[in-house]
Amino acid sequence: MIRALVALGLAVAASPAPAAPRLVAELSQSRIDISYRFAGAELLVFGAIQGGSAGPPPGLAVVVRGPTEPVTVRRRERVLGIWVNRRAVRFESVPGYYAVATTAPVEALLDERNAAIHEIGLDFLQLSPAGYVDPDEARQFQAGLVDLRREAGLYVEQPYGVRLTADVLFRARIPMPSAVPVGEYLAEVFLISDGRVRAKATAPILVEKSGFERSIFLFAHRHGLAYGLGSVGLAVLAGLAGGLLGVRRPA
Amino acid sequence: MEIYLPIAEMSVSAPLMVLLGFGVGFLSGMFGVGGGFLTTPLLIVTGIPPAVAVASSATQVTGSSVTGAIAHWRARALDPKMGLVMTGGGFVGAALGSALFRWLTVLGQVDVVIALAYVALLGTVGSLMLKESLEALARRQRGEAPPRPARRHHPLVAALPWPTRFPRSGLYISPLAPALLGAAVGVLTVLTGVGGGFILVPGMLYLLGMSAGTVVGTSLFQILFVSALTTVLHAVQSQTVDIVLAGLLLVGGVVGARLGTGVAQRLAPERLRLALALLVLAVAARLFVGLTWRPGSLFVAEVASA
Repeated sequence: MIRALVALGLAVAASPAPAAPRLVAELSQSRIDISYRFAGAELLVFGAIQGGSAGPPPGLAVVVRGPTEPVTVRRRERVLGIWVNRRAVRFESVPGYYAVATTAPVEALLDERNAAIHEIGLDFLQLSPAGYVDPDEARQFQAGLVDLRREAGLYVEQPYGVRLTADVLFRARIPMPSAVPVGEYLAEVFLISDGRVRAKATAPILVEKSGFERSIFLFAHRHGLAYGLGSVGLAVLAGLAGGLLGVRRPA
Repeated sequence: MEIYLPIAEMSVSAPLMVLLGFGVGFLSGMFGVGGGFLTTPLLIVTGIPPAVAVASSATQVTGSSVTGAIAHWRARALDPKMGLVMTGGGFVGAALGSALFRWLTVLGQVDVVIALAYVALLGTVGSLMLKESLEALARRQRGEAPPRPARRHHPLVAALPWPTRFPRSGLYISPLAPALLGAAVGVLTVLTGVGGGFILVPGMLYLLGMSAGTVVGTSLFQILFVSALTTVLHAVQSQTVDIVLAGLLLVGGVVGARLGTGVAQRLAPERLRLALALLVLAVAARLFVGLTWRPGSLFVAEVASA
């Protein structure tokens, strides 16, 4: 890994600096296989900045996002001493996983508008509330959802998570918990200076179940009845084993 | 040792799940309850999606009730005839319950009313059992013979038509009584999502007048069928049964059920009833706390179907 980084750095340093800065990004793995031993993974996003190195050190943001899905968020309220689910807001495009690592806090790198355009930072996700919802209320519900996901390790924000070496080489370690959804992920690297995005590089990642886990999942979804009967069969067998094995016969 | 669950889509600690199965299996074998009421919230705490927790714990309940039923059968402490009549009633009740549930959901915030009613019911049943078993224990301490009960079962039970013999239970009652009890429990199970063992066991003891010896085994026999059906329904309708999770729970569950059954058969009936009364009250308290405690997060998120 380190050797690759150094080689990349040398290659970049050797080439003549072009006018516009360019980003080169690479991933430690472009495919994450989920097997029965899967207990989370760490994705290394690394690369180099080509050209445009004059002036203050550039800002970088690394974003990794998972497949989106609609999510309904409900708020619990107290009614006569009892906590009940009251108002609900449905968000149409919620990433199942979202991680952002930056060289400095997002607010210090970008203004609100630019952060929102590129969805950089947990505060600037565009989750698209469905129907008409009061903007204040939508914001509260969105913050609630982000907190829940952050607690589960599915949303990650690392304000100083990108390490920059000699203003040329960068790398960020992105933690992924075992509960990450499967699907197509996208890693995006943004080069930021003067509050604007100057260059962008992307790389796809595929997160997929493999082997036994995959077969079980597919079988459960394609042959529900057989799967249910099989589960009951397994339970009955285990129960019989527990009930019949090791019984001392009365003399 | 972490193991990835293919349906829950996350990894859990395997020894922890086996231990959890053991504890719940023990209670199940001892008291003739399923134990889903304990497994489900504990699984949800570890981060497993609620739907998967409910479905997979039903699979585990099947396994531990098979073990428990076998052990009670060997001790001639299981009435299969009574069990089958209650199972039949239970299936009818479950069907009625799901129709009722759909109708109530249309009305709105009724789940809270149902939950409160269930807490009140469990609290009442638990308190009555506690009082009764403490009195019985006190009499035993004084060395008095238990008073001959004026009647074995509730007068309403005696009024039902077509009395039949249930030789194992030593009862001569109408089969409608256990069928109706099974149906009532079936309705409750569907409405509250909490298995009916807590109501079924006291119902068999105090309404039908069954002896404490046969109650636990017969209840497990009935729970076996209900939980097997629940597993298949979840597998077909929502694909939420995680067979790896169920397997881990089963390993601990059947061992626990075996040990629990042994304890139940050695314990004096009054002490067993006392312990069950305390368990029922604990469940009522747990449900009540769940309703009134300020939740850790005010928001709940669920993935909506597209």
